[in-house]
Amino acid sequence: MPGLTHPALAPIESVGRATLALVRAIGQGGYLAAGAVRALRSTDIWAPHILTQMYQIGVASLPIALFVSMFTGIVLALQASYTLTGGVPEYFVGTLVGKTMILELGPVLTGLALAGRVGASIAAELGTMRVTEQIDALETLAYDPLAYLVVPRVAAGLLMFPVVIALAITIGVVAGWVTSISLLDMGSPQFVKGLKMFFDGFDVTFAMIKSVSFGLVVTGVGSFFGFHTVGGAEGVGRATTRAVVVSTMLILVLDAFWAAALL
Amino acid sequence: MLDVHKAFGNKEILKGFSLTVEDGETLSVIGYSGSGKSVMLKHIIGLMQSDRGSVHVDGKDVAALNRSGLTELRRNVGYVFQFAALFDSMTIGENVAMGLRRIPDMDEEEIEARVRECLSLVDLHDVHERYPSEMSGGMVKRAGLARAIATGPKYLLYDEPTTGLDPVTVKVIDRLNIRMKEELGVTGIVITHDMDSAYRISDRIAMLYEGKMRAVGTVEEIRNSEDPLVRAFIEGRPELMEGMS
Repeated sequence: MPGLTHPALAPIESVGRATLALVRAIGQGGYLAAGAVRALRSTDIWAPHILTQMYQIGVASLPIALFVSMFTGIVLALQASYTLTGGVPEYFVGTLVGKTMILELGPVLTGLALAGRVGASIAAELGTMRVTEQIDALETLAYDPLAYLVVPRVAAGLLMFPVVIALAITIGVVAGWVTSISLLDMGSPQFVKGLKMFFDGFDVTFAMIKSVSFGLVVTGVGSFFGFHTVGGAEGVGRATTRAVVVSTMLILVLDAFWAAALL
Repeated sequence: MLDVHKAFGNKEILKGFSLTVEDGETLSVIGYSGSGKSVMLKHIIGLMQSDRGSVHVDGKDVAALNRSGLTELRRNVGYVFQFAALFDSMTIGENVAMGLRRIPDMDEEEIEARVRECLSLVDLHDVHERYPSEMSGGMVKRAGLARAIATGPKYLLYDEPTTGLDPVTVKVIDRLNIRMKEELGVTGIVITHDMDSAYRISDRIAMLYEGKMRAVGTVEEIRNSEDPLVRAFIEGRPELMEGMS
């Protein structure tokens, strides 16, 4: 705005501009979400791509997800053993590894790792398609780009994040168990006793609810920033960075939200 | 197109642009880079919406069409992008087949035959399995044209179809353009900077300048235009514009 050039007004101008950008982004996000829901009807466009996306988002993410959770499980067991001293029974190591992996670290750390791998990849791919007019080309060929590009990715995220996170939790617990019996001088029965002691079936439900919401956030945010990319290579880089930053923040916010709402 | 206005932020690109294209004609739109030619073309197919004014195709207001109406419109329109906009994760054959897969009741054999026919029309052979990244710029551009004509559109919109091509390929594209019009009655709108090509293929030529229609007429009328801006452009002589705002 030409009138707001006085240095004293600069902070107000910045706040105003940021507010407008936020409102615009919320509007665009809502529009994209509504369009994606509407595009669900075009099953002939999105259904053929769902398996490919499930592979790329789910199966191809397993190495990084399992790597993160395995080392988390190892560290958890070692730190639990270090912390639980004095009169605390040793089998609480199993309790701590199990509860923490299922309720918190399995879903959140895997979600964050996938925000980097999956969210960045979606934003970069769609962003490149946007700046090279491939998304416009889809429209001219009578394809709904939301049905072709967004629906299969989001659907694959919703389906595969719980699978990846469930496997990550399992590997984390197994890594904690192997660490306990090999490095902590603890027997398997003790670890399993601790694991079972405070186990509640709802913990798994809680983890899966979080996983589905993380899948939605990572694929949805990646699609949003990719779809609204402007500029060339720099724009794609910016969209990718924003997708990772925003989905990381939303994962942490959702994590707190689910804990407050369900526990 | 009637009194179309379009701005991006504070920058006004189209400032009341109006143009009528008759069925079966080829109209070339010329104008300086950045004058809004591509933006104008994208309004016709609903890739952009005007801030003011209206665009009608076959009597229908493009801005008022819903998703299925737009899909219907786009089935009748082929669009040749300036940089081809081929899907880089697909082979050339898959690219050309994309539009055909949206046609109900067309089986794989028919699609395959049509893909080969369209590729040979633009002088591309044995590229079916190649990816866009494995081909030259000119070949990619021709593949983009093959994709646009594959569905047998009623209208063809070309965004600089011959820019960057060698003179022989330019003639191939021009011949194809004329053939589409004469044999199939296709209506074409061609954005071009290549005046030789514009003279060869056009029934009429329009010049877009600073967001408005500067001149429109038959090839002869444009050739003989006394407007210094038109003369400067078609003759490539900036000195004719000296002193003009």
